Amino acid sequence: MPTFVRTIWNTKGLARYIFVAGVALTLVFVAFAIFAPWIAPYEFAQNSVDGVRFPKSGPASSDHLLGTNDQFYDIFSRVVWGARTALEVVVMSVVLSAVIGVPLGLVSGFVGGWADRIMVFLMDALYSFPSLLLAIVFSFLLQDKIGGGIVAAALSLTAIYIPQYFRVVRNTTVSAREATYVEAARAIGAPPVTIMRKYLFGNVVQSVPVIGTLNAADALSTLAALGFLGLGIQPTEASEWGYDLSRALDDAQAGDFSPAFWPGLAIILLVTGLTLVGEGLNETLNPSLRRRRLQNVTLPPRETEAA
Amino acid sequence: MSSGSNGSLPRYILTRLLLVIPMMWVLLTMVFVLLRVAPGDPVTAAVGDKLSPEALEARRNALGLNRPLIVQYLEYLGDVARLDFGSTISDGRPVLDIIKNQGGATLTLTAGAFVIALLIGLPLGRIAGRRRDTVLDAGIRIFGVVTYAAPIFWVGIMFVLFVIKFFPGWPTFGIASAETEYYVQNRTGIILLDAMLANDSVSVVDILKHHVLPCFALGLLLSGVIIRLVRVNVIQTMKGDYVEAARARGIPEGQVIRKHAFRNALVPVITVIGLQFALILGGAILTEKTFNWPGLGNELVEYITARDYIAVQGLVTFFALAVVLVSVLVDVLNALIDPRVRY
Repeated sequence: MPTFVRTIWNTKGLARYIFVAGVALTLVFVAFAIFAPWIAPYEFAQNSVDGVRFPKSGPASSDHLLGTNDQFYDIFSRVVWGARTALEVVVMSVVLSAVIGVPLGLVSGFVGGWADRIMVFLMDALYSFPSLLLAIVFSFLLQDKIGGGIVAAALSLTAIYIPQYFRVVRNTTVSAREATYVEAARAIGAPPVTIMRKYLFGNVVQSVPVIGTLNAADALSTLAALGFLGLGIQPTEASEWGYDLSRALDDAQAGDFSPAFWPGLAIILLVTGLTLVGEGLNETLNPSLRRRRLQNVTLPPRETEAA
Repeated sequence: MSSGSNGSLPRYILTRLLLVIPMMWVLLTMVFVLLRVAPGDPVTAAVGDKLSPEALEARRNALGLNRPLIVQYLEYLGDVARLDFGSTISDGRPVLDIIKNQGGATLTLTAGAFVIALLIGLPLGRIAGRRRDTVLDAGIRIFGVVTYAAPIFWVGIMFVLFVIKFFPGWPTFGIASAETEYYVQNRTGIILLDAMLANDSVSVVDILKHHVLPCFALGLLLSGVIIRLVRVNVIQTMKGDYVEAARARGIPEGQVIRKHAFRNALVPVITVIGLQFALILGGAILTEKTFNWPGLGNELVEYITARDYIAVQGLVTFFALAVVLVSVLVDVLNALIDPRVRY
């Protein structure tokens, strides 16, 4: 067993189960995303088969497991394809923001001085801005420039999460910079780039996975929110749960349950899954929160005294 | 936090207030760069397909958009300082008027949501913290995670479906029924207050009924945050020496929790509530769209759809100001409550 898995397994209490439950939930949606063409009976923007139109807002039937929505689409297929869109956007935005935020924080914390102060100030300003509002503004701008596709959605989410990586990495760098091993490295003449890359990087990225998974959960909700407001991915580009929910608004006022319920449930389950992974990671990997389980001790067989 | 200086309360508050100015300046500059410098010509974006090139040019001149950006930038800062957020391009309304007329609906929505969040979050968080790692704790935590994970608009839609099915006749959208909106005269911009001032109890009841669903939807989202926070804080304060000391003095466990652990666990709640103001604002935008609520969030979405940059810029500026002001307010409150917080 790798140490990482063992640390998680040896944690006391609920944390372990929370983590496992989160991983299981997330994997279901990863499977949906990867195998969408085989799981979903129809395309995400398919409203007819062999020239026969699907019913509008039709009830659940053997042809349409969860019914159809007001755009004649099959709800089950939209939900499955939505998983692919969600994971594409979320992975893209989380990776991008980490790739930008981590080096920025590392350099800013290492260099220090005025440049660092200005960066901290800018990032704090960005961080204090309501994240949904920021995402709204960015997607509003990007819609004019590159349209309303998956990349545009991912980019408008990226900007919100950069400050989080920046902050954490910068703060750990500032404290690690004065550590003896860094001083030793400097003493033997290592240039700043080497110090940052070889000595600091490995020590300051520890918390990035936890932030990453929690951000992924948040990014997913924000993506759905953008879609709901009509600012996210355009319906012709991909299937998106938030957009489907905005279409379902009128159906709901008319008492129709299915078009709103299922995409929403998918959002909840995936966000919950990702949050549980993040929290589980936090409680098992963070030594100040972790409580170890008592281990079974196997004693070696007692030696016979006869000899 | 306390850097060891002999910080006094007035000095702390003064420093905090002075820090607002650069913060505000950075935010305003960000808004200007994003919404005015980056996108190009706002007039074409908003009404380009409706007017002739000459008329567009006249519009641009009237709005002062032909001047150098630096002039426009300085003017923008000056205008904001005088609480002038410009006028919309698409329908020529001053943004300040929008804020005055529609802000009240957003205010009562968020205030109501807040009350509900506290009513749900404080007791549940306390129980979960006290009974850590029991089934009850697990249940409450799952509730917390799920309410936080559930998109507010989905919760809202489910509420609507539930109410339509089981309580037909209960209002599911808008802030008031048509008659109420007709009878209640606009005086303060807050329709609930107007109805109260007019001593119109029928309207007050009607408006309150309209508040129930949206406030619950938004409140539930917030309660998840509060549950988590209170739970963690109760667990931490329960480990404190003073809690141990209270137990050692023979104080019953219930009282230890109530008077010693819980009360101290509440201090960070205030801070985080301040930090969550951004979340509330985002949640309010979504709630308003879900329930067709006549608030600022709905206005923002409408002007975005109309691609009216000046309106969006004005409203976003206002939101940014609100966020900064709330964060200052929370810090000052915190300093008043907790003497350890000083510069």
